Amino acid sequence: MNAQNTTEVIRPWAQRGPCCETSETCIEVQNLSVHYHGKQALGGVDLTIPRGCITAVVGPSGCGKSTFLNCLNRMTDMIPGCRVAGSVRLMGQDITQSDTDLISLRRRVGMIFQKPNPFPLSIRKNLTFALKHHGMKRRSDRDEAAKNALRSVGLWEEVKDRLDAPALELSGGQQQRLCLARALVLKPQVLLLDEPSSSLDPVASGVVEDLISQLRGRYTLVIVTHNLAQARRIADHVAVFWTRNGSGQLIETGSVSQVFDSPRHELTATYISGLRG
Amino acid sequence: MFRSTSDRLLLGLLRCVSALAAAVVMLIVIFLVIESWPALRSVGPLRFFTDPSWHPASAAGGGAGRFNLIPMLIGTLASTAGAVMLATPLGIASALFCRFYAPKRIATGYRRLLELLTGIPSVVFGLWGLLVLAPLIRQWHPPGQSLLAGVLILTVMILPTVALLSESSLNSVPRAYLRGAAALGLSRWATIRGVVLPAARGGIVTAVLLATGRAIGETMAVLMVAGNVVQVPHSVFDPVRTLTANIALELGYAMDIHRSALFVSGLVLMMMLAALIGLAEWIGGGRMNA
Repeated sequence: MNAQNTTEVIRPWAQRGPCCETSETCIEVQNLSVHYHGKQALGGVDLTIPRGCITAVVGPSGCGKSTFLNCLNRMTDMIPGCRVAGSVRLMGQDITQSDTDLISLRRRVGMIFQKPNPFPLSIRKNLTFALKHHGMKRRSDRDEAAKNALRSVGLWEEVKDRLDAPALELSGGQQQRLCLARALVLKPQVLLLDEPSSSLDPVASGVVEDLISQLRGRYTLVIVTHNLAQARRIADHVAVFWTRNGSGQLIETGSVSQVFDSPRHELTATYISGLRG
Repeated sequence: MFRSTSDRLLLGLLRCVSALAAAVVMLIVIFLVIESWPALRSVGPLRFFTDPSWHPASAAGGGAGRFNLIPMLIGTLASTAGAVMLATPLGIASALFCRFYAPKRIATGYRRLLELLTGIPSVVFGLWGLLVLAPLIRQWHPPGQSLLAGVLILTVMILPTVALLSESSLNSVPRAYLRGAAALGLSRWATIRGVVLPAARGGIVTAVLLATGRAIGETMAVLMVAGNVVQVPHSVFDPVRTLTANIALELGYAMDIHRSALFVSGLVLMMMLAALIGLAEWIGGGRMNA
């Protein structure tokens, strides 16, 4: 039994964000391949990610979903022995070049991890620290930005009286929302989410999922998820990854209804019907 | 508690070994108290801090001995504080270099070098200090054998302790923090200052306190380079005598109350170390339990 299904009953359903404009391309991936220590982990990925939409990346474990996500903000650089080939264009600019400014790239492309990872600092500092580093000089400006970010993830009312308490005292769901706020406070264009609700309890998971849904239109979101029901609920587009010959590949991509209702690829059909993967 | 015989046997064995280790510490303390008791009783604890000077040997000849430990206490505290103040920033900087900046091969070699440094006998440091460091200082400001020489020797000796323990504390910072910081577009230095150092603070403080303990207890190297004049130093170029050096220098010929007075200085050292360990526990405790 899937954890998400139990929460659908109690979740307010009307909270889908504004519609995305599918006309404009935000990220264009061409012939992307990734090798770890010479072994191919991902190969030949061509994918267009439309601006302002939620694109879900689904597939069985080990099919390169997270690897793909890590290419979009060059987190692959932190993995020893990892080599990326092909091109990833963010608003037309190829970010796989070695002269790409990683600091500004990662400001534009935020990331949320599977396990909430707030820093061992106060709630306030978690949000203001990066702002200060990125040159927001005035303390009042930073505090205001932090407040807005906390409001946008629905955490302000819960923590406004204890902003200087350690962030690690928050519950798992609150921590993940704080991480979301921490990414949003930098006003990114793209948010990458790596199974953002899979380590949370069903209720907290539902809250985070709704939040993500509300970000549609304002940000371009790419979400990796194991949870097909979740992908179906929140995504506009779906990319299905599969392992072939030991390497991850993109086997099908399209709108949610297209992939779920009339899959073109045989493997997709068996995967979404729960027969494989 | 355990059903299996082998578990029960192991438990018994471990209990015995732990009891033995605890007993050794207790016996040392008891021994120190018993040996220093004659001096504490006939001289009184107060006079160890208020007497005009340190002339304990005259008590043996029937005269009134003088038992002021303050110059030695200041010698120990000053040399330790100086060494810790120098070794802490250097040690943390080495650890950061090793963990975050050095190429892997250099980092490994550097770490081996530091490990080697911890293993060098203190008398070797002392010899080098006496033959090289003290003459250098003498050229600058005589007499050479001085508080400064003691501080520098101690710095070299405790630096690897600070560096290695700090580095292991830096290594225990979860990678999730580093990934999170990188994903926010933070530079390496911003990540270190804002995330890594706060996360590793408890471990670094423990490292510094352990190094402090080593500096307080170090005898031979300091004895060889610090000059060993019983006086409150007025500058870093004045020779000083530490509590440990005092014991080592005088125990060979000390009799009766004098001998007992040396054990009092041992007791004072023991109390300083106990206070330090208490402090380490208090500061580092929260982190270790977490």
